[in-house]
Amino acid sequence: MLLKINKVSKHYKIGDNIIKALNNVDLNIEEGEFIAVMGPSGSGKSTFLQVVSMLAQPSSGQITLKGKDVTEYNEIERSKLRNQEIGFIFQQFNLLPRTSALDNVALPLLYAKVNIKEREKRSKEMLEKVGLGDRLNNTPAQLSGGQQQRVAIARALVNNPSIIFADEPAGNLDSKSGEEIKKILTKLNKEGKTIIMVTHEPDDASIAKRLVIFKDGEIVNDSKIKGQKQIEKNNKEVEDKN
Amino acid sequence: MRDTFIVAIKAILVNKVRSLLTMLGVIIGVGSVVLLTSIGTGLQAYVEEQFAALGTNTLYIVPGTPFSEGGGFGGQASVIEGTKPVLKKQYLREILRNNREVINDGLVMAVAINKAKYQNTEQKVSLLGTTSNFENIYSTKTNKGEWFSKIDNEKKSAVVVLGPTVAEEFFGNIDPIGKKIKIGSKSYRVVGVTEKKGGGFGGPSFDSYVYIPLETMYDDLDVQFIDNLTLKANEEVDIKVAIKAVEETLLKELDEDEFTVVDQTQILETITGILGMFTIGLGGISAISLVVGGIGIMNIMLVSVTERTREIGLRKALGATPNTILTQFLIEAALLSLIGGLIGLIIAYLGSLALQPYFPAKVTMNAVLMAFGVSTAVGLFFGAAPAKKAASLSPIEALRYE
Repeated sequence: MLLKINKVSKHYKIGDNIIKALNNVDLNIEEGEFIAVMGPSGSGKSTFLQVVSMLAQPSSGQITLKGKDVTEYNEIERSKLRNQEIGFIFQQFNLLPRTSALDNVALPLLYAKVNIKEREKRSKEMLEKVGLGDRLNNTPAQLSGGQQQRVAIARALVNNPSIIFADEPAGNLDSKSGEEIKKILTKLNKEGKTIIMVTHEPDDASIAKRLVIFKDGEIVNDSKIKGQKQIEKNNKEVEDKN
Repeated sequence: MRDTFIVAIKAILVNKVRSLLTMLGVIIGVGSVVLLTSIGTGLQAYVEEQFAALGTNTLYIVPGTPFSEGGGFGGQASVIEGTKPVLKKQYLREILRNNREVINDGLVMAVAINKAKYQNTEQKVSLLGTTSNFENIYSTKTNKGEWFSKIDNEKKSAVVVLGPTVAEEFFGNIDPIGKKIKIGSKSYRVVGVTEKKGGGFGGPSFDSYVYIPLETMYDDLDVQFIDNLTLKANEEVDIKVAIKAVEETLLKELDEDEFTVVDQTQILETITGILGMFTIGLGGISAISLVVGGIGIMNIMLVSVTERTREIGLRKALGATPNTILTQFLIEAALLSLIGGLIGLIIAYLGSLALQPYFPAKVTMNAVLMAFGVSTAVGLFFGAAPAKKAASLSPIEALRYE
């Protein structure tokens, strides 16, 4: 078992109200899985992503990564854990402006205290892998949206993490660039990478193998993906339950 | 650490214009502190140099009490005392007779201003009436000719020795030795020209005096007033003991407040004390601009942290610990300030070079070290608040920030 999520809750206090963004969520993720996380806005899927990617600490419950209980890790330990075990792909790309593609990709290695020679070598390899071997020194402003997201994917991969979290990776892209990104993610999963992707597009979700649908902070559907039609059907069922 | 340094340098270089504007306060601050203190210390060094040339075993007896107790020059009373003709020639004889063990030699010095004329050149000159031992006591050698002799003084000979500046003014390229120069109504033969010395505290430079035998001066120019008695103390005797002995002799003739016996160190201490205060004052005023510069850095760093909230969030998400972020922003602030200090230092150094021909400005190692130390400290101090703010940002909030 790669990641075990056991009765995890995340509550926010706003004024006198307690908002249960996540409520007793259980989920087991095996190595090599490709999970699409779906759900209407406010369903808790973003909070779920934050908590399992170690960006936020759960209010209760237990998270076990590679057999280690990481629930109570402090900020420094979680920083290190994110650096070593988790790759992030954001909807907004989140590249450093006015910084070369190579330096952007090398960022996690910088915090992993890898020496500069090794950093450049590995970053170059990763950029070549996503098809940007000829764009090493371009800054984000000199790259298209699709290319920027590919730089971000290279960055997510460069420190060889156990899990990749992707938050609407194609959400900000035109359909052609989106397809390219999805192809890369599919390929990565085939090579054995574990990917957890938040999306609201059934089309995007169809590249994953497992579907998890959130509603009101709980998982209401957990099924194997058989095609886009089935994803749409499952989502509709969830909506219709109201 | 090295990598954090590089990250900070890159952040500074990405915003060149803004970085330069941020540094401006520190540039001006450090520049003015270093330049103004260099002027102060240069002045001090210059004064000390001038005094060192006179030797440390020289004593002066002056009328009145020009150096008051608390350091600094005396008040109105001393000015009045200073104009009274209290010093007399015979005091020198008495001092020399009564204090043979402590005082080796001494001379009387009287100063007057009179018109001098040689051919078509006519102008006012400062006359310094003294005896032939001036050559030794003030170690003023002649460059051309010779000093007037003891006999010249006794015989009231009409001879003068010129300072090099006066010689140049009246004679230009002509050799003045043997020429006659008219002072007042009489003509005097030039017997010597002194070598260039510069200096001359509290009056014209020694180079611009016309030296004349004291007795000749008294006779011809109707001078009664004695400006000071200069004594050469025995090198082996403590200067304070010599002062005490001379004072005891003089007190038989004069009241306590009618004269003062001073040595080089007292005069020097008074002057360097004043110059020291002057330097500190100037430095203090310009230090205010350094504080303003520091606030400028803090201001820009705070803006920068807000502007780069997303970047900070991203760095944290990718594994930067709060400490790494804190260090990054601290280094950035310190570097901004340090580079500003460096530029300020270069400007101050160039400024002091430009001043050199007119003023003895001197950039000391202390000023350089202080510039570096203070500017780094300013950066760290004023960078602390923005850096702390950056370090405490939550990665989720920061990533969501638009």
